[in-house]
Order: sequence, then C-alpha cells, then structure tokens
Amino acid sequence: MNDNIKILEGSMAIASTVKTCKPNIVSAYPITPQTHIVENIAKMVADGEIKADYIRADSEFSALSTLIGASATGARTYSSTTSQGLALMFEALFNASGMRLPIVMTVVNRALSAPLNIWNDQQDSISVRDAGWIQLYAEDNQEACDLLPIAYKVAEDKEILLPTMCCMDGFILTHTFEPVIIPEESLVDEFLPPFRPDFILDPANPLTFGAYAGPEIYTEFRYQQHNAMIKAEEKIEKAMNEFGEVFGREYGLIDEYRLDDADIVIISMGSLLGTIKDAVDEMREDGIKVGILKITSYRPFPKEKIYNKIKGIEKGIVFEKDVSIGTGAGLLNDLKAALYGKKQTPFLYGFVLGLGGRDVGMNDIKDAVKKVKTLELEDFGFINLRKEVL
Amino acid sequence: MSSQLFAPGHTACSGCGMPIAIKLILEGSGKDIIVVSPTGCLEVTTTRYPTSAWGVPWIHSLFENAAAVASGIERALKVLNRDANVIVIAGDGATVDIGIGALSGMFERGDNVTYICYDNEAYMNTGVQRCSSTPYGASTTTSPVGKLSFGEDRPKKDLPAIAVAHGVPYVATASIGYPKDVIRKIKRAKEIVGPKYIHILTPCPTGWRFDENKTIEIAKLAVETGLFPIYEIEGGTLIKVKKIKNRKPVEEYLRLQGRYRHILKGFKDQLEIIQEIADKNAEKFGLDG
Repeated sequence: MNDNIKILEGSMAIASTVKTCKPNIVSAYPITPQTHIVENIAKMVADGEIKADYIRADSEFSALSTLIGASATGARTYSSTTSQGLALMFEALFNASGMRLPIVMTVVNRALSAPLNIWNDQQDSISVRDAGWIQLYAEDNQEACDLLPIAYKVAEDKEILLPTMCCMDGFILTHTFEPVIIPEESLVDEFLPPFRPDFILDPANPLTFGAYAGPEIYTEFRYQQHNAMIKAEEKIEKAMNEFGEVFGREYGLIDEYRLDDADIVIISMGSLLGTIKDAVDEMREDGIKVGILKITSYRPFPKEKIYNKIKGIEKGIVFEKDVSIGTGAGLLNDLKAALYGKKQTPFLYGFVLGLGGRDVGMNDIKDAVKKVKTLELEDFGFINLRKEVL
Repeated sequence: MSSQLFAPGHTACSGCGMPIAIKLILEGSGKDIIVVSPTGCLEVTTTRYPTSAWGVPWIHSLFENAAAVASGIERALKVLNRDANVIVIAGDGATVDIGIGALSGMFERGDNVTYICYDNEAYMNTGVQRCSSTPYGASTTTSPVGKLSFGEDRPKKDLPAIAVAHGVPYVATASIGYPKDVIRKIKRAKEIVGPKYIHILTPCPTGWRFDENKTIEIAKLAVETGLFPIYEIEGGTLIKVKKIKNRKPVEEYLRLQGRYRHILKGFKDQLEIIQEIADKNAEKFGLDG
C-alpha cells in the first residue's frame, strides 16, 4: 500500500488539496453540504498551515464578488458552494467569466428548491452550464482532489483565462471517507506555476476593468470566450497528461470502461459512475455486452471525442441527476446536439434518477438496461418514480 | 492633478454633479488608489469600451456588489504585500437599496475601504425611478405625482446612520456645493484604518429638472435649508457639523426643481412636512448658528 494513502472524509481531502494549490484568497459562505470543506480551510488558515486570507462573506453572491476583486488584483482565488448558493451567484458567474478571471470553485452538487432539499443531485451546476465556466465532474474523491490543480493550471493558462468549477456530488462524495492520496505539495509546485496575470489592478499601470460595451463590440467579447472554451479542450487534455506524468494518476476529458465490444453504452457523470461500473461488471457476467462512457469535462464538451468513442454502438443510455423541465435532461440534450447529423450514432435513451438524494442502486441501472433491450421503456423518463403518490 | 486622473470627454449630462464629485474625490485621494464602481451613471458615462476617462485603476463588476469586490481587492493587496487605497464610488441606488447587503458585509468585516456614495436621489441611469434615497415629496417616474399621489411618500433612507450603527469609524456627509470640505473629508478618510463611509450630495439636472447652470447653487441650498445636513462622525461621535446662519425656508430649494413643482402648486401639507424634516435635522445636528 502506498504510504501516502490516507482515509479522509471527502471534504477534508478537498481542503487538503486546496492547501497544496496555494490560493491567496479563499472566500465562502457556509451551505450544506459544502460546509466541511470551508470549515477545514478556515481551520488551516487559523492554524497558519495555509498562507491564504479567508474572507467570511455575507452571502454566496458576495463570496464570488470578493473573488472577482481579488482575482483582478492578481490573487489566486478559491471558493466552494452548492445549490442555492450557486443560484445566488448566477449574476457573478457570468461577470467572472466575462472578465476572464480564473477563479476555481468546488461545486458540491445538491438539489435546488422548491421543495427544499439539501441532498444530492446535479441540477445546480448543470443549470449554469452556459455561464462561461469550465465544468469538470469527479467520479470519486481522488478525482475530485486531482481535478483541482488541473483546474488551476488550465484556468490560469493565458490562452484560456476561464473560471472553473470542479463538481463533486454532495454527501455521496463530500461526506464519505475514502482512501485518497493528497497531491504532494512539492509535486503541485512543480506542476502548477505561480499565478502571474498580465493584467491587474495596479496604480503603477492604471487599467479599466469591466467597461461598458455597446452593440458594436459586445459580441466579440462573447466570441472570444467561446473560442477559449473550445481551446480549453486540448489544454485540459495536456494538463491531465502532465498530471499523469508527475503524479502517476491518469485522467481524460472522457473515459471508457469495458466499451470495446459493447452494443449498449451507458453515459454518465459524477459518482453515479461507481454504481454503474459495478452494475456493468455484473451484467457482463450475465453476457450482456454493455460498457460505459464517462464524461469528466462537461464544459468544454468534447463532442468529437465522444462521437469517436461511441460510433457504431447500437444503443446509448444516459443516466443523469438533473432534468431540463419539459425537454429532457442536460447531458442527454447536449449529447443529442453533439451527435446530430453524424453517421452510425447510437439511439439515445435518457433517464433521470437520483434527484434530491434518492438512492440509486445497481438494480436501477440493470433494470433500465434490461428494459431498453426489450423495448419496454420510452426514450426518455424518470427512473424509480413513485407512481402511487402522484 | 485630478485632471490627469479623470479625463474630460466622458458623456455625463451637462451640469451633472457626479463628475464634479469625482474630481474632488481624486483631488483628495491622489493616484495611489484602486476605484470600484457599481453599474450606474458613472460607469456608463466614463468607460464605454474602448475609451475610459480613468487615469487610476478602476473596476466595475455588477450593480449590487461593489463593496464585496472592494473587500476582495483590499484583502488581496494585503496578502500580495502591495499598497493602494481602495475606494468605492457608487450611486445611491447601488448603495442604499440593491447593494446594501454587500455594503453591510464590508462594514461588518472591518475591511479597509473608503465607500463613497454620490447621491442624486433616484435611479437616474435607468430614467429617474425612485429609490429609498429619494426624498419625501419628489416626483419620479415610479413615484409620479397624480390624482392620488403627491410623489414619493416615504422619507429618505438614512444610510450614514446605518453606517454608524455598524461601528464604521469614520462617517461623513458632504455636498459638492462645498468643494474644499469634500476634499478635506476624503483626506481625513485616508488617515483612518477600517471602513469609511462618505455620502456626497450630487444634484442631477436631468432627474431633478433644473437648469444645468444651477447645480452648485442647488447643492448649497440643500445644505442651507437644512434638508441635507453636513457632518462628520468619528468613532460614533458627532465631531463636526456645518453650521447654517439664517437657515433658509425649504421653498427656496424646492422651487428651482421640477421634481417638487407640484408641492409648491398645491400640496400645502406636504410642504409643511418637508419643512419639518429640515427643522428636525437642524435640531438633531444643531445646524442653526
């Protein structure tokens, strides 16, 4: 066993990794189930273990706003939030990305109110997919940690300069003790150069940030953000490869599992993948040719890579913890858009499950796969719906 | 010096009180500052891309977060071992209404920021809608005079008192009618560590409906009638008040402004109430003398 493996709560693992990334300013507002992350960081600041200043913001909106100021001043910045907090940040999310400030934030995924629900799903971050932030989704706590230095490296790249959300499922990951290797500080130093932005608020070189832009120039700003997001695809891949070389742990924009000879591909994001992998192993023992395509990078959405992996497979089943009310669901809709007009694409089924913390078991996955095979399900629906209470 | 820090050629209305305030603020602050401004007249008239009137570093983020952005800048400067005074210059709508939460947070955290509100007493940038800084009796586009209305029916929110209640170590009011006083207060704020709040009256010819050559006269009359008392509070104690010799009746201030025209034409009760507001100010701050 690796000497560096520790058994840590997900939130503590995140806080410990944030420390190695050496942010100058952390600003946050407490909200379940993000609280343990910021409590742990606050304690590290209080103990002098991390040389950051921790701003106790009056709201999530103010938390991100303080980071906008700090990042524009040249500080490396970090926050974490979830659900209602992310929704309250909505306006500032677009502002941070529009000013090209490379803020990194752990989004602990949780359901949105009403009805009030503090448990996990991914409606919050999926709902802000168009805010101009890179979005990476972690399958387990090791990945949630490792994505942080990768996020800083890409966000701060002068050809990118986009804020980044590292998304991890609330409670399921944040409150679970798992064996993790915290990235060694010396290796993070080697992997992640200090933040040295070209443009900062400085009286010696007075610049105007956040100017007012009329119809003759606004579109060009948005176009540049769009191009930076597209460019981020290769930068993330490069950063992940470098991370692999330095730390020995491999990641990709997407990943596959037992996909080689599959005639059904399951596509999903986040901690669901652990359950799905176990279900796939059992189904494989039963002779069902099913595999997995994991999406780690949801923004940028690596369309060509996805297509090349699933081309020729007969059917695809998307499991996700969000719903685009009245039209389907976020990942499903994006996949359909990405595959539209291409040849030999799988027929896509989309299933919503695990909303508001409802448990997802292997049988839910196996049952859905079986019913898709026997054509018992529509191409979109809610799994595990309690029809008796409707 | 302030002309190098704030260039002419901005697009503020002729006779606008705001750019006058900006020049006075910069005269007092000097160049080693970082300015944060929320959305508003100042932002849209001084920073239309690719032009900028600003010769000091300046940032605009959103309408309601200037105080929080300033906190972030100030903390970042400290951590990065750099030095500059962080100054917010914000309109009244951004300050007293939509941004008051972030402002309260900045006050409460004790961040070393000078927050300056230039007060034109309504949402002028969007077309003269009332805000909680609009004074009693003023007609605006959302508190219009009508068959059932004499205009704004609530008194002006007292933000300096709210700042004092937060324990803000330096709170002052000022009017662009008294330029040296404005500059002195900006300089005084520089000497104090912690949050500072300065509330400056900046008459608006467009929204208040007066001739553009009357800006300074009206800025003085607001003070001379007692409707806008000028004072300084340090450590919670009132230390200085601008005394008024022969305080003028409020009509002299109201009659120059279209927003009050109806009051003088036939709302006697409301005129009395406005005079009472001035009288109470005089009593509270000891203005007469």
